[in-house]
Amino acid sequence: MKNIYDVAVIGGGVIGGTILRELSKYQLNCVLLEKGSDVSLGQSRANSGIVHAGFDAMPNTLKAKFNVLGNKMMKDYVKDLGVKYQNNGSLVIAFNEREMQTLEELLERGKKNGVDGLEIIGKAKLNELEPNISKNAIGALWAKTGGIVCPYELTIASIGNAMDNGASLLLDFNVIRADKGDFGFNLYSQAGESVFASVVINCAGLGSGEIAKLLGDESLKIGARKGEYILLDRESGDFASHTIFTTPTEKGKGILISNTVDGNIILGPTAEQILDDNTDTTLDGLNSIINQAKLMSENLPLYNTITSFAGVRAYSSSGDFVIQESCSVSGLINVAGIESPGLTSAPAIAKFVVEEFVAKKFELVKKQNFNGKRIADNWFKNLSIEEKNSVITKDKAYGNIICRCEQVTEGEIVHAIKGNPPARTIDAVKRRTRAGMGRCQSGFCQSRVAEILARELEIDILEVTKSGQGSEILMGRTK
Amino acid sequence: MNYDLVIIGGGPAGLAAAVSAFDAGVKNLLIIEREKRLGGILNQCIHNGFGLTRFKESLTGPEYAYRFIKQVKQRNIPVFTDTTVLSLTPEKQITAINSQNGVFTINAKAVILAMGARERAKGALNIPGSRPAGIYSAGTAQKYVNVMGYMPGKEIVILGSGDIGLIMARRMTLEGAKVKAVCEIMPYSSGLKRNIEQCLNDFNIPLYLSHTITKIEGKDRVTGVEISKVDENRLPIAGTEIHFDCDTILFSVGLIPENELTKGAGVLLAPDTKGAVVNENRQTSVQGIFACGNVLHVHDLVDFVSEEAELTGRAVYEYLTNDKTVRDNINVQKGANVSYVIPQMIDKNTKNNVKLFFRVKKEMKNPTVKIVSGGKVVYERKKKSVAPGEMENVILKVDNLKGLEQEIVVRVED
Repeated sequence: MKNIYDVAVIGGGVIGGTILRELSKYQLNCVLLEKGSDVSLGQSRANSGIVHAGFDAMPNTLKAKFNVLGNKMMKDYVKDLGVKYQNNGSLVIAFNEREMQTLEELLERGKKNGVDGLEIIGKAKLNELEPNISKNAIGALWAKTGGIVCPYELTIASIGNAMDNGASLLLDFNVIRADKGDFGFNLYSQAGESVFASVVINCAGLGSGEIAKLLGDESLKIGARKGEYILLDRESGDFASHTIFTTPTEKGKGILISNTVDGNIILGPTAEQILDDNTDTTLDGLNSIINQAKLMSENLPLYNTITSFAGVRAYSSSGDFVIQESCSVSGLINVAGIESPGLTSAPAIAKFVVEEFVAKKFELVKKQNFNGKRIADNWFKNLSIEEKNSVITKDKAYGNIICRCEQVTEGEIVHAIKGNPPARTIDAVKRRTRAGMGRCQSGFCQSRVAEILARELEIDILEVTKSGQGSEILMGRTK
Repeated sequence: MNYDLVIIGGGPAGLAAAVSAFDAGVKNLLIIEREKRLGGILNQCIHNGFGLTRFKESLTGPEYAYRFIKQVKQRNIPVFTDTTVLSLTPEKQITAINSQNGVFTINAKAVILAMGARERAKGALNIPGSRPAGIYSAGTAQKYVNVMGYMPGKEIVILGSGDIGLIMARRMTLEGAKVKAVCEIMPYSSGLKRNIEQCLNDFNIPLYLSHTITKIEGKDRVTGVEISKVDENRLPIAGTEIHFDCDTILFSVGLIPENELTKGAGVLLAPDTKGAVVNENRQTSVQGIFACGNVLHVHDLVDFVSEEAELTGRAVYEYLTNDKTVRDNINVQKGANVSYVIPQMIDKNTKNNVKLFFRVKKEMKNPTVKIVSGGKVVYERKKKSVAPGEMENVILKVDNLKGLEQEIVVRVED
């Protein structure tokens, strides 16, 4: 039967995605169940995109362990997947002697965690590294191993590579019911589909408590926080070249200012307790980012704002990552409460989960033909003019620019729709190709992307959605 | 590929510039247009009211465009459509891409920038709330309705009372949608007065001045919107919230000259117009690069775009045949109550009269327009009224310019 799997991973975020890729290295029949219309729609859709150095987490926690491991793995991991990554270094800036004292503590903690390349620098060096930072800052902790990566790009690439290697993806599969038999689990979706899996890996983020409960484990307690962000145009992209944090105080962690791998500047996040997965931005939240950011840098080019957005974070009541087989339900592996530094930790967590837990359930045999390399989503952009022309000669769609601001061609959009994991919505195309992510925010290209989606998916344009059912972009024909 | 003149953009500015440059004597020229057909944004403006000044008749956008497209065709001026310019250097080397030629370069002796403007996006406004489907710029909605034949929504609230927003309020109403409100953060509309009458008042669509959107609601699709009154600093006043159920929000919050290529070419931009700094010939700070139409400053009537483009086309011929690099420039500055003036520089020895275009900062009744240089009043005239939504112009005679030593300042006084 086709719906029988060895392992079902629930949740298509960066944790589920990296685990699926790790599983796809072995002779296992695996499926990823994602409730949304695309992968990477939860925490991995909207976070800071930081590859943390590892000085922040308390020693001897899972957060510390996987952060430092993940940071070391990231460079090779992204290289194989063609994912943009930059080892830009992080700076934690201090405005007074007390904060300088905190930096000393962070330095010590980092050393205990095994972080290399930490250094406390004075004002002069800070000014040299980041000339736009407020002259009121008196020093900083410089973490040279800090980096940046795009969270959804990493997620999409991991899942795409796993699919290239035989893993399955079921989108719009919202698990609402499960029964446990002697050999595994039957999982039922809202739409009435079902799959059977011997082992379930629960990476459902904000929903992981709920999923564990459906499978018979009531012990997982997951809370939610919301983080709001402001994004600045690439025109201001050189405003900062490091990820710049404020020194954590008893009031909280504060916000960061960072360049992004796509050349924008990101400001945020706020941290607000929430009860659901609401990702509305708020006036207070946005104002608080602006006010804090202005303290970090007086001449921040806020006039170049292109958008603001919010993301969610799931955290466990224990304060640390939960990575273990359920005590009450055999065959259920919970990977939950993966808040920051979860993105950094993902490759290390994935390896650990498969080698530590999945290996106990199956005899792991490597696939001979596993290919860990994936063609980058932005492969066309990276070509020389001669190479581009040879592509355009074969496929004219690569000569047709659809998104002006980010210079995305029709060929790249078709590639995203047909590739793994397939883009089926306007937002999914945007996350893979950047069409609509520029300064006009899809004003020019949305209608053309919609036409291409309709054509390639062989659906009516009225059925094209922004991000899944209920978000159709058009509401009928004119008179 | 080598051309004497390459015009980037085949909208109203590019078309008129091409025809006038050709007629003046520039025969080796090329228009590059990124869309399938010439005409630019006029192709989706199917309402009438275009050409009243220039042709003394009311044309639709496509009709207005066709008058120029026909002239381009009659002259066999070469056109690359479906072609996007990727970059322009100060040496006037153009890199472009299309399906037929791939990525290719063109060298030009002169370039006219005629890329038009884009709409300011909702994202730039930091409006709190969700980001569901149903949020469009007015121009995007216009394309869906007029070009593609689809309705982006049925119950609509519009933010911004610029002309496109007003036109779309009427258009959506005519197509059977209910436009519940148009809100405008300023105490006045930036649209043409005739559009307020014909697009809102004639259809009983309420205009909320000094109001803005303070919350967008809906998870998958917009379900509602909250608007609030704003104070004199344009900040929302708590307690003044009004809620509307709606499925669609249209943003018509201004146009931004599309100057990415311009910046790449090292052309100096003016912060007030967000377009290039130009002289009376619409030549920019880079020799041989000219700019006209909405890429230079946002016009309220296409008729004025055509006029500016024709001036530019003729000037390019002069530049190519009689390059006079030695100029005796005098600066033109904005004074009291003026938000910008075009051109920003005038050659004192110009042989032609110079028309100055400017916008005022606020609505004024019976003001006096004054142009001064040093202590000398060069021009003075009373006007009935002025408004930011209506571009003003004044003709400076060649004689007036003679002997001026200090910068020219345009002022509007109460």
